[in-house]
Amino acid sequence: MTTAMRSKARPRTGVDWFLTFLRVLLTGLVLFGLLAFLWQQIDPDNPLASAINPDANRLSWDAFQGLVISGLSQGAMYGLIALGYSMVYGVLGFINFAHGEVFMVGAMTGMITSNKLFEAGVWEDNFLLAILIAVLVSVICSTVTAVVTERIAYRPLRGSPRLIPLITSIGVSFFIQNTSAVLLGPGAKSYPRLPDWLRDDIGIGPFDIEGKKLLVLVVAGVSMGALWYLVERTKTGKAMRAVAEDKEIASLMGIDVDRTIVTTFAVGGAMAGVAGILWGILFGSVTEFTGFLPGIKAFSAAVVGGIGNLGGAMAGGLTLGSSESLAPQLVLEPLGVTGHTQLKDAVAFLVLIFVLLVKPTGLFGERLSAEDRA
Amino acid sequence: MSETMNTDEAGVLAPARGAFDQDWRKLVNWGLICALALIFVSLTDMPDKLDKRVIVEPLLSMGYLSLIWIPVALGNFVTREVVLEGMTQHKKGLRELVAGVSVGAIGGAGLALLIWLLDTRDLSDPLVNWNDALLEVLSFGEGVGYGAIFWILASAGLGLAGGAFHLLSAIANRLLLAIALTIVLTASLESALDDISEGFQLEWLFEALFEKKGGLSVQGAIILAVFAIAWVLVLGGQAKRGRAAVTARRELSPTKVNTVGLVLIAVAAVVLPMFLGRLTNDLFTNVGLFLLLALGLNIVVGLAGILDLGYVAFFAVGGYTAAIMTSPSSPGLSPELPWWVAIFVVVFMAIVAGLFIGAPVIRMRGDYLAIVTLGFGEIIRLTVRSDWASGFTGGAQGILSIPGADIVGVATVKGTDPQQVLYLVIGFVAIAIYVSWRLENSRIGRAWMAVREDESVAEAMGINTVNSKLQAFVVGAILASFSGAIFAAKVGSVFESSFKILVSIVILVIVIVGGMGRIAGVAAGALVLVGILGGPNQPGLLAEFSEFKLLIYGALLIWMMLKRPEGLIPNVRRSRELHQDEFLQDAWLKAQANDDDDEAASGEVAPA
Repeated sequence: MTTAMRSKARPRTGVDWFLTFLRVLLTGLVLFGLLAFLWQQIDPDNPLASAINPDANRLSWDAFQGLVISGLSQGAMYGLIALGYSMVYGVLGFINFAHGEVFMVGAMTGMITSNKLFEAGVWEDNFLLAILIAVLVSVICSTVTAVVTERIAYRPLRGSPRLIPLITSIGVSFFIQNTSAVLLGPGAKSYPRLPDWLRDDIGIGPFDIEGKKLLVLVVAGVSMGALWYLVERTKTGKAMRAVAEDKEIASLMGIDVDRTIVTTFAVGGAMAGVAGILWGILFGSVTEFTGFLPGIKAFSAAVVGGIGNLGGAMAGGLTLGSSESLAPQLVLEPLGVTGHTQLKDAVAFLVLIFVLLVKPTGLFGERLSAEDRA
Repeated sequence: MSETMNTDEAGVLAPARGAFDQDWRKLVNWGLICALALIFVSLTDMPDKLDKRVIVEPLLSMGYLSLIWIPVALGNFVTREVVLEGMTQHKKGLRELVAGVSVGAIGGAGLALLIWLLDTRDLSDPLVNWNDALLEVLSFGEGVGYGAIFWILASAGLGLAGGAFHLLSAIANRLLLAIALTIVLTASLESALDDISEGFQLEWLFEALFEKKGGLSVQGAIILAVFAIAWVLVLGGQAKRGRAAVTARRELSPTKVNTVGLVLIAVAAVVLPMFLGRLTNDLFTNVGLFLLLALGLNIVVGLAGILDLGYVAFFAVGGYTAAIMTSPSSPGLSPELPWWVAIFVVVFMAIVAGLFIGAPVIRMRGDYLAIVTLGFGEIIRLTVRSDWASGFTGGAQGILSIPGADIVGVATVKGTDPQQVLYLVIGFVAIAIYVSWRLENSRIGRAWMAVREDESVAEAMGINTVNSKLQAFVVGAILASFSGAIFAAKVGSVFESSFKILVSIVILVIVIVGGMGRIAGVAAGALVLVGILGGPNQPGLLAEFSEFKLLIYGALLIWMMLKRPEGLIPNVRRSRELHQDEFLQDAWLKAQANDDDDEAASGEVAPA
């Protein structure tokens, strides 16, 4: 039964009215903020704009495109992590809360490897080789982490009530976070300095993109393509889709369900590992909490794009990343909110709540098996 | 369940299997797991950092305890058999010992390898605990060879001991467990006991048990062991009978309470704080604050089955509302109400926040709901911290100089006096327990449980699921906001950093470890976890553990979910629901076994 059908079958209650009110309020606020933004773009001293926000000023094209690019590159990373959430949700039907931590393991091991390579001089002499080794190591470590968690924490719980694996995964997340803090020491650890060509701007069309952001976008695109090929064109991918549709029938068709689930975790872990390295390149440092917020945001991205839908996860990531980077300037600032950049993370959560209120199946629809649709 | 169920019935045992008739692959696997666990614990630096915490003065410290339990537990675990109805059971013998020894020895070899590596390689770049201090602790300062050989032998011996538990009778096992628990627990309670014994003029007893520089003395340990043996042998049977009687009575009339127990607890709650010192009062206050939170979350998660990960939001609402209402230095609004008036505003705000957060999420599926509530928790914290709201909340500077709580006409509770705050906390905990207990057995409580088990069926039975879930949310919010208001009065200031997601998760761990849906369970969980290990920002009795407590919380959460999802002190109904499959399986196996017996008796040959 969908929400639409339900609300038709039942008289509207106070909760329904409140939800409608919230939907209208949020949509109204966003539209109003955008309008105010347009006014102040036309003329900052426009009486309408300055009535809402006395310090209104125009956003320059440079600043705007900077926001778009950093939003998209961060969004691409969210998208890569979101793939893992989406795939596991598609196959097992639960949110693997610890996936953000798998991403953090990738970023951490990438940091360790690249610092070792820097000490050995490879990082500066042959950057491409060094980054290739670092990617390889962090992908392997993330994959191993994902597979081991599946084996220890999730496999014994298959078939138990839905919330139990979710709570377990919260425990796993907590455990990995603190393991990192205890073994590697708490606090931020930095990546070695990037070569100059990655820090210069490269002009593409109307955009000037910083090299590292371009690299992030390209690597994310390539990984996404590889994943698409794996899922849609290979036998393994077919098995994964079959298991997502119906585990029992898939096993009757001769598919090794356990192995397929492990593969799903492994592939999701590998994507998170790639995202981890990209995080290191983009921000240059990593802490034990690095995985937490991006993990939840990536989950939001998966929901925004429609959970269980791989293309949707990537699109959701890009949407979430860019709205998180643009909304403070485009909506909050014109509304007169001071210190709007501090609310960047809050915006990400608001997007999640907004999407779930307005279109719970996500922008591109949910692709779930029949039993989950109930 | 099934392991314990049939021990009495399995009268005839098959002869013991040969000592070397082993599943060697399994043993090697578990040995490697043992080795990994030992290396992991060593690298977390527990042996070194906890070495200062002595259990029995010259013999054992918490640091070494963190290592030695691993081979014992795994040596025991690897030889444990799940006994199902109709399966042949073998007599235990040398085979169990050999298995234990081999697992322990492989584990010890792993630790020996670590010691050797610590000596020859330097991996201190990524691994911060890779240093000489760790090597010193692991090899007892006697050199690498000594340490390596010691650990291989010791670990093998401990594995042997783990396996040997199977050979002992049930009563011997219980005695050993009781002795170990009593000694470790008493040692970890050392500072609290010091404090309490002063209040009760029992210093002589404390001095008899403990050394001056910390840790039990050998004679103290012996006294405790004798006490534990006496307890198990003399009182064990009676306690068991008493508990059985209580359980039976509860089955008959679930709303009846154990009046004697209740009166005893009430008297203790009134009298005890007078005899406690500052430290213990403070400790119990922290426990009480978290118990209040956990009782609220217990209603939301345990009874109504709503996994609210943003529960800390209501704690924050309570804390900040109380702070803004009472503090003279709060920016923006500063009515400087007395605390007891402010508490009404706090309740009102909690209801508003509960409805506001609850209404959008209440229709969502359980897992979406978890993440969205988590999002709300973060939104509230981020908003409180931002410049935008700092006109009311003080932003990152927080709100300072909150006066104590004054209860009209009775007393003014100063935050600086832990004893008064403790009484305040006890009062609110009593209210919360009463409310939880009455609600659980009321119409609405049963509606919550119905919704928890199956929403569609509950709806078909005529329960308004949306309203009842919202009610659970609001009741939980009010209890959390009480805790927040007392917290603000106790600490005298509020900062957004006290309201991180971490707090939500720690409360969840308390509820789950203690036992979801059972008041006694939640209380035990709060007492053990917050009291001994400590809350997210509050130190517990084992202050040395502060670095590791979150790690332990995470591990506990995983372990509980895997092995005992109903918690330490389970709610009877909930545990039945969680183990439904096992119960059905047991029943089926029993029926099968009975059928086999019948067929054998009537001399028929079963068709293949």
